[in-house]
This record gives sequence, structure tokens and C-alpha cells, in this order.
Amino acid sequence: MKMLPTILANLFGPPATRNYPFAVREPFATARGELVNDIGRCIFCGACARKCPSQCLGVEKEGTEGVWSLEFFACIGCGVCVDACPVNCLSQKPTHRPVAVERGVIALRGKLPEKPAKKTEKPAAPEQ
Amino acid sequence: MARSVIPFGPQHPVLPEPIHLSIVVEDEKVVEALPTLGYVHRGLEMLATKRDYNQMIQIVERVCGICSMLHSMCYCQGIEEMMGVEVPRRARMLRVVWSELHRLHSHLLWLGLFADSFGFEALFMQLWKIREKVMDLNEATTGNRVIVSVNVVGGVRADLDESQVRWIRDTLADVEAAIKSLRSTIMNDSTVCRRTRGVGVLSRQAAYDLGAAGPTLRGSGVAQDMRQLKYAGFDEIAFEPVVETDGDCWARSTVRFRECLQSIDLVRQGLDRLDGGELAAKVKGKPEGEVITRVEQPRGECLYYLKGNGDKFLDRVRIRTPTFANIPPLAAMLPGLDFANVPVVVLSIDPCISCTER
Amino acid sequence: MAIEATPIAPARLVAEVTRLAAEGWRLVTFSSVEIDAENMEVLYHFDKDLVLKNLRVQVKKGGTLPSVSGVIFAAFLIENEIRDQFGVTFEGLVLDYQGKLLNDCVQTPATSPFCRYQVTRKEEVR
Repeated sequence: MKMLPTILANLFGPPATRNYPFAVREPFATARGELVNDIGRCIFCGACARKCPSQCLGVEKEGTEGVWSLEFFACIGCGVCVDACPVNCLSQKPTHRPVAVERGVIALRGKLPEKPAKKTEKPAAPEQ
Repeated sequence: MARSVIPFGPQHPVLPEPIHLSIVVEDEKVVEALPTLGYVHRGLEMLATKRDYNQMIQIVERVCGICSMLHSMCYCQGIEEMMGVEVPRRARMLRVVWSELHRLHSHLLWLGLFADSFGFEALFMQLWKIREKVMDLNEATTGNRVIVSVNVVGGVRADLDESQVRWIRDTLADVEAAIKSLRSTIMNDSTVCRRTRGVGVLSRQAAYDLGAAGPTLRGSGVAQDMRQLKYAGFDEIAFEPVVETDGDCWARSTVRFRECLQSIDLVRQGLDRLDGGELAAKVKGKPEGEVITRVEQPRGECLYYLKGNGDKFLDRVRIRTPTFANIPPLAAMLPGLDFANVPVVVLSIDPCISCTER
Repeated sequence: MAIEATPIAPARLVAEVTRLAAEGWRLVTFSSVEIDAENMEVLYHFDKDLVLKNLRVQVKKGGTLPSVSGVIFAAFLIENEIRDQFGVTFEGLVLDYQGKLLNDCVQTPATSPFCRYQVTRKEEVR
């Protein structure tokens, strides 16, 4: 009987749960969800792959192209790669990746950044 | 008067995680109980040899889902002490805020499971409904509901702005009012008292000698809480351990209930003391030497022994979790009980077996 | 930095633990750590009123130590776990799982399955 006020409030009040597939809550702005990489800005430095605790990222260079791969089933969504990226091309969406039925690897290709050309010639001699 | 051996667990509706107890009964009275572990052993301590000391933060917080932030805080405190890093004041206060929110959600979860263990499902659902508000606070401020992953060596990596601080205070006011409205049910309801008073008694001397930790120890009258060591922001926050003297399941449940209200007060004190400082200090070098740190997890005292040798891989990460220490007292509490009271007593030590068998 | 730990010989271990228990020190846990290819060390941690006291015992890999579970009952669980993970056996265990605490089908081998093996390899990046 000690719970009677709570029980009456629950009986005559609105439901405590939302009707999930038909009513979805807005995700919080800083929630950590799916990892995305803006491959156009990636410089393929490999910092994210070195820092990843579950070793699910791979960065390789093939000729003039770089390949950034993510084993999405192994990713724990911790966000350490996002913090480590020097050019901030990695970010996390606030929603989670939709369910998948097979393991796989997401591989993104992009152009390697050009190295600045080394200056080999001597500066021009001053005119006499 | 024959004896039979009844297996309790590893699958049991009352257990959140698998543990096996072989219970020897003589006509419904328990004579002896023998624990067997090993169902969720993941070898996380061995992973320390394969992941460097920064990656270990994410591994250590996955030792237990419910006390995860406190595991990573203990680990980071150990590394910070080994490397001589001083954590800024804002980070220390933020650690207090998030660790006390963790304690709040853990105790609400336990109170709900405890009500469920003797069949009081309505109370179970009410408590978990209150807990949802705390999980929303976790997700909005750190990014995740359960494994918040917010500690780094040298500080924290998420921040609270003014609007979030106001929202936390408003939510805590709602949570406090809701918990207080359930107080008379949890502490004085006749069915709750019949199932918990006088059941599973652990005397003060037995609790101390068998090495009990946390609310199991404080419910038997010993006033020991690792937060008295004044780690993180506790050097500036007023704190007294919550103690009950009966030593039965009711006393342990009351200790946890009162600690919920105390955690709300500690979060408010932590928020009051937030100043405009750095979030994390810069860290140079590699860990070398040995260090022992302790924190108070929701289930009790957790000890970390870390040993480094100048390499980025630590030599040894040894974790002693509170439930590991509470299993011998459990084996001592069970003889003499009616068999039907065994689930209630097993749950009253707050078994977190994934912590026990990292 | 190092912690304060009193080194003690295995033969005097039980006497020292009995003395500490009588003075009111509570056993927290023991930690075993590998020193080099042949030696290991077990540290015993005791607590009283929030002060920690440690004892350090050296043992060879696969060796034996006297058990303190006769003095402090709670030690039986820790000693069985160290037996399973590190291969150090304890004589006189009150409740002996015979190496089957963590895996109850197969007795774990009496070597040191846990200790770090000496392999130098580069951190593999996929």
C-alpha cells in the first residue's frame, strides 16, 4: 500500500515508454555513433590506426592512392581516432550504424596529398 | 536427512552474470556452498602485454559495464602517479561528477534487481524508470549510456557547458524526488522486510576478517570507504561513509539506498566547484615503476597494481575487484539459510561477475 | 617510482601473515608479476584504516609457496586463481580446486600460461 500514490499516478498518467519504431527520439548532439571519414581531406598519416584500441583501422599507401579501411564489426565507437586525427577528417555521427548481416571491411580510397617540392637549385645570384 | 547438492547458476533469473554455486542442502536448509568461477573469463589482464598504456584505458573500462568509468579512473590515476602528471582541478571535479552519476545508476539498477529477486516487479520497473533519466544524462554529456569512455591519462576528454550543468541539476532534482517517494516502500514495506530482515547476517568481525568490501562491509557496521582517501576531487568535498549495523540484507539494501541520495549531493557539490581550467594535462614520457591505487566502486574497494618498465607496454596490470573480495563472505553467509532465500542473499552482495573474472 | 614492500622469505610467510592478522590488518589481495624468464614475485597487500602495507616474496616459475588460507580464509580464491594463471602452486590450501577454478573440464597446465613471452614484433597495422 505504500506504493499507492505512485501506482495511481502511473494509472492515470501518460505511458512511460514511447512507441518505438513509429516515434523515434532525436539523438543527442554529442552521442558517439557511426564513424565516417571525409576521405577527400585524409592525409593517410596512420595516426588513427596506431591509436585504435581494438586495432580495427588500417591505412595503406598504394602508389599515388591511399586506402583507409575500417573493420566495422570490430569498432567499439570510442572516438579515440577522432581525437587523434591531425586534420579532423574523422567524425562520429550521433546515430548508430544500421544492423548488418555480414562482417566486412569498409575501404575508402583517396589521393595521397602531394609532398611540397624540395628546393634543389641555389637561389639566383644577385645581379652585379 | 539425506544431503543433496543443488546447482545454483550459472543461468538463473536473479543473476545478472553467470556464477555457479554448488549448494549442499539438508531438507531445505543450506549446509555449505562452494563457488565456481570461470564463465566470463576474458583474459583482459593479459591484453596489457599487447596494447599500449593508452589503449589499455578502453580495455580496462570494459572489465565491467556498470562501474566502467571508475575502472578507467583508477587506472588513469595509477599511470598519472607513476609518471608524475598533475591533473587539473576542473578535470578532477568532472571525474567526481561522472563517477558519482555512475554510482547512482549502479545502485538504482541493483535496487531494481533486488526487488525483482523477491518478485516485487512493480518496484523494479519504477526504479529502472528513474534510472533512465540518469542514463540520458550520461549519453548527452559523454556520448554513451553505459561505457562512457571519458578518462584519458592526465584528465578527461569531454566537457560540460553551462546549459548542460543546468540540465543536470534539474534532472537530479526530479530523480531525488522520485527516489524519496519510493523510500517508504524500499525500507518499510511489509513484504520487503519479511524477505530481507534477519536474512544473510554477517557479523562485524566476520565481515572484516573475511575481507568484505563496499556496502557488504558498511552494512555490517565498519565505516570504511575508499573515498576517504581523497582521490580525484574528494579532497575538497565533504564526505562521510554511510553505515548500518544490522549486517543483514535489509542493512545492505539501506546502505545502497542512502548512498544514492548521498551521490546526488556529491554531484551537486562537484558541479558547484567547477572552475574554468584545462581539461587534461600534457603527458610526456613512458610509465616506469610500480604503483598501487584504490578507488571506491559502487560494489566496494577496487585495487590496481601497475608495473611499467619504461616501455609503452605495461609489464603488469593487476586488478582486484570488489566482488572477488565479497565471494568468501558470501560462502560464509549462506549456511543455515532456507534454500528459498539463497537468491536474495546472493544478490545482496551485488555480484558483478564480469569484474571478478576479468 | 616504487612502492614500499618488505621482502620476506617464503619460509617466514605464514608466521608474518599470522602476526599481521592478529594486529588487525586485513588482507586485500596478492598480485603475481613476472620478473624475468625464470623468476616471479608475489606481492601481498594488507590494509588497516586506509593504510596499505605490502610484502614481497620471490619464487621461481612453477614453484610452490606456503598457503595462508589457513590463517585468512579469503585467500583461497586468490591462490587458486594464481595457480590457474601463473602456475605457482600453494601448499596447504584449505579449498583446492586443483587447477580447475577457471576451466572445470581440463586442468590448466602447470606452467606459466600468462607470462609475457619474449617475442619482438612490430605492432601490426592492418
